[in-house]
Amino acid sequence: MTGLVSIKGLTRVFDVSKPWLNRMIERLPKRMLTAVSDVSFDIPAKTTYALVGESGSGKSTIGKMVVGLLRPTEGNVEIDGIDLVTETDPAIIDRIRTDIQMIFQDPFASLNPRWRVRDIITEPVSARGGNIDGLAEKLLVQVGLAEEDAGKYPHQFSGGQRQRLCVARALASEPKLIVCDEPTSALDVSVQAQVLNLMSDLKEDHGLTYLFISHDLTVVRHMADTIGVLYLGRLVEEASPTSLFNEPAHPYTAMLIDAAPRLDAFGREVEPPEGEIPDPTDPPSGCAFHPRCPLATDICKAERPKLTPHGAGRVACHHAGQVRLKGAA
Amino acid sequence: MTTPVLELKNLTVDIPTRFGTLRPVDDVSWSIDAGEILGVVGESGAGKSMTGNAVIGLLDSPAHISGGQVLLEGERIDRLKLSDMRRIRGKRIGMVFQDPLTSLNPLLTIGEQLSETILRHLDVSNAEADARAIRGLDEVGIPSAKNRMGAYPHEFSGGMRQRVVIALALCAEPTLLIADEPTTALDVSVQAQITALLKRLCRERGMAAMLVTHDMGVIAETADRVAVMYAGRLAEIGPVSQIVGQPRHPYTDGLMASTPAASAGQARLRQIPGAMPRLGKLPDGCAFHPRCPFVQDKCRHDPGPKVGIADDRAACWFPLDAQEDVA
Repeated sequence: MTGLVSIKGLTRVFDVSKPWLNRMIERLPKRMLTAVSDVSFDIPAKTTYALVGESGSGKSTIGKMVVGLLRPTEGNVEIDGIDLVTETDPAIIDRIRTDIQMIFQDPFASLNPRWRVRDIITEPVSARGGNIDGLAEKLLVQVGLAEEDAGKYPHQFSGGQRQRLCVARALASEPKLIVCDEPTSALDVSVQAQVLNLMSDLKEDHGLTYLFISHDLTVVRHMADTIGVLYLGRLVEEASPTSLFNEPAHPYTAMLIDAAPRLDAFGREVEPPEGEIPDPTDPPSGCAFHPRCPLATDICKAERPKLTPHGAGRVACHHAGQVRLKGAA
Repeated sequence: MTTPVLELKNLTVDIPTRFGTLRPVDDVSWSIDAGEILGVVGESGAGKSMTGNAVIGLLDSPAHISGGQVLLEGERIDRLKLSDMRRIRGKRIGMVFQDPLTSLNPLLTIGEQLSETILRHLDVSNAEADARAIRGLDEVGIPSAKNRMGAYPHEFSGGMRQRVVIALALCAEPTLLIADEPTTALDVSVQAQITALLKRLCRERGMAAMLVTHDMGVIAETADRVAVMYAGRLAEIGPVSQIVGQPRHPYTDGLMASTPAASAGQARLRQIPGAMPRLGKLPDGCAFHPRCPFVQDKCRHDPGPKVGIADDRAACWFPLDAQEDVA
């Protein structure tokens, strides 16, 4: 069964070379940064798929390619069976585009300060000539704000309320898929809980599908039906939250879970992980994680592991399933 | 009893504005002993960074300390002249800020920045300063420290830069370290490295630390004692196991419960309704009462009981341990 979203062999390479003239004078080669490398996954309708990874792992780049803000270098993104990269019929593209919306990280930067809330929220509909009578008021109530708020400006709202406005705007065109790029990272915990609960409720009410991008494992564990772990642009493991957190199959996943601070762990003495994410313009050979991996052997240096089924999920590791959580008590 | 390294007595900070005086820090008292890490948590606007800045005398005008005392090893430092304060800052109080890139001078090598700080505060020769700088970098876990002395900040990754900033804060061997969101800009695996480093350094040097953060997980793993702030006031202070495990102030309780980690496996997160009030519009009585699930009449008029220097108290008329039956 293919899902609402089907991503195959998605790759994105950025040219990060110095300017042409510098390259000629200093005789430098071109420098290419592979932000996303051969990533494939499906998102079934009405589920939440979460992408986690550290900075530079390519999670936001994937999000941007899914909504069409960036073109993939290779591979394709199919939404509802239609590949937005190769599709040329404008009518079909337009129809699919109304099905996708995005919520960004910073609610202060993603709302136009000179527009009234009503105009901001209804823009996805009014831009296509749709009927916007009472739409803003209806959506504001749905996201827990008041109808009167439609006449206000964004600066009159707090961070959490602004993120609610972003959610309302994303709902306006009645999308099927919402890509959320770190939607609560800029919010305080008590407000984060409000926004996450709101997003769960709306998912039920509207039958939404989320692609949820976050660096916060605890948030992802709470929200996701399936979690994909990214390392250096590669999908290293995919599993349900329960199996991922209880029995991570990839050593990087285990390292992330061990490193994440826990509430019940005061005075916990765990050896912190070693090393940092390598330079993406010059990734290690074979498995990208091998220089930091406790299980690495010769094959890891030579051969890039493929994403293969492991239990109910998938994992890309030559020694899948051999890791143990350090903090497990 | 030995003198605590840092003691705040009824510290109050005021910001006069055209629309009246705002009070971002209101009557806060606590102490930190040598070798102890005090975690200060709260949401944005709770006054935690303001408290840190008041201690090191870096309040931006027109904010100023309008009442109370700051004592460093028993000596008052809140009334010092600017020049005297400069001698304390860096020497006796080290500071680590959130963003490691903006805390370093991009035009100087890290060796120059470290030796400059050492030469300013300690009476040593240039060669000795360099040797100390290398030792400092070694101690915070920078590999081949000697060769990295000539490197510029941009040549380091975020985690390595934060290590350099910590080395810089510690190079004059301060007795108190103030770390304001030291790991917020870092990835989880690097964050674990930095918090482990801070813990080790405090233990080895017997240094007191004030760790300001909004991340409950970091606090739970790093701090010995925790102070919870709300709307400029101290809501609760106590040992970390108690604050996390058996909070008594309803705000602490809500804060802990709303972190996704605490409610793993539950369909919904527990949420605190509403948001923190703006400083200009603080409600009467206990600042938390409009959001409190256990609010009673007394809370609407009487600000909560004061939390004094003595430990283990919650600024709440009806702390949770006294009303088990209500919940």
